[in-house]
Amino acid sequence: MSELSVNHLLGIKYITEDDIHLIFETADHFKEVINRSIKKVPSLRDITIANLFFENSTRTRLSFELAEKRLSADVINFSAASSSVKKGETLIDTVNNILSMKVDMVVMRHPNPGAGVFLAKHVNASIINAGDGAHEHPTQALLDAYSIRERLGKVNGKKVVIVGDILHSRVALSNIFALQKLGATVKVCGPKTLMPKHIEKLGVVFEPNLRKALAWCDVANMLRVQNERMDISYFPSTREYTQQFGVNKALLDSLKKEIVVMHPGPINRGVEITSDVADSKQAIILDQVQNGVAVRMAVLYLLASKIKHNED
Amino acid sequence: MLLNAKEINIALHRLACQLIENHDTFANTVLVGIQPRGVFLAERLKTILETDYKIKSITLGYLDITFYRDDFRRSGKPLEASKTNINFIVEDKKVIFIDDVLYTGRSIRSALTAIQSFGRPLEIELLTLIDRRFSRHLPIQPDYRGRQVDAIGGEKVKVCWVENDGEDAVYLIKT
Repeated sequence: MSELSVNHLLGIKYITEDDIHLIFETADHFKEVINRSIKKVPSLRDITIANLFFENSTRTRLSFELAEKRLSADVINFSAASSSVKKGETLIDTVNNILSMKVDMVVMRHPNPGAGVFLAKHVNASIINAGDGAHEHPTQALLDAYSIRERLGKVNGKKVVIVGDILHSRVALSNIFALQKLGATVKVCGPKTLMPKHIEKLGVVFEPNLRKALAWCDVANMLRVQNERMDISYFPSTREYTQQFGVNKALLDSLKKEIVVMHPGPINRGVEITSDVADSKQAIILDQVQNGVAVRMAVLYLLASKIKHNED
Repeated sequence: MLLNAKEINIALHRLACQLIENHDTFANTVLVGIQPRGVFLAERLKTILETDYKIKSITLGYLDITFYRDDFRRSGKPLEASKTNINFIVEDKKVIFIDDVLYTGRSIRSALTAIQSFGRPLEIELLTLIDRRFSRHLPIQPDYRGRQVDAIGGEKVKVCWVENDGEDAVYLIKT
């Protein structure tokens, strides 16, 4: 197995366990590359990639752009705020216009779930989903699982709890798919109001008590409270959320074992996680960011290798 | 069969002696095995230089050229990467590339690009066990060669090592 089973990365749901292992092995090589003094390889020098961000992002966008540049791809950036989308252009029209400028791959973030799947059906380019609404964020899940593998040696058999706003989180859904495919057990924890109604159908257990969840797990992935997606009040106050579902040093120290703490960023310091935890050795938040570039390089490289040269 | 185990051993010792002629104590010289199959040859030479010729502390690295190849997306089969392990700086060092077979020269072209990421070498030499004559696509020639071979396009030269294939031998395979 040295080729992905898919031509697009639309979600973890659509890829196999073998695909994930191949991405990790390739990412190992790229991690070595980005730790050299010259951090660049020429593999994708004849590939052009468009980064289409219909929704705000700093980390993911920078990470993708760095990954693309370290593979020597040509990169064009597009953000919806300053574009013809405001003038009423449809998604297919926008993308087809960009593709007619000879673009091979599209990295897209979009507020609507399924935007990537829709686009993959209608345009002739390799699509990478960089987050579609509350649906999936596959590269985040891959880099999270990669970071767990790096810290703990493997993902198989590990116990992971995802804490926080599961309802609005694409990171949570992709993480659940990725971790389960790799053989980990997943629990979710958070306010009942922020749990999707049929979450158990995904094979995860809802644990309302944070202390119990932490005592059970090897890894705690703390999600951000997404205030911008909350149109109504899901919990009485931020202070109350922090008291029930925030992780602090005292709580971690009271556990019998040392667990790994993750956060997909951006952190609301003092809300879901306190500063002393975020900056402690147990937290691998910055490793996640570094691994993000290597994992995205691997995804781009493996998908690009499926675009045959004579087709363009 | 082109070479048997004894002939390979003789060739390896001759190559080791030729290297000593030019590089003396190897104080400013590093060996770089080209992944995947050049590393077996590189490790053999390192062992011979250290045990038979008492040269201490040979520096050896492995260079993977996958991401530098010029046939990405052009060859039918996917390219598989191997590990690069160069934990030294090649700036102002004499570098000796080591690979088992020199055929079109394209791998070495890629290696020349790849090594730039580790600094600017003083000079680069090339050592190959088998040199397939008259088959070059690029103006690249070895500085040290074990055996010259005339092989036509449809033929394949396969170098086997005890460590990997259970025997030391070089075969000419008709495909």
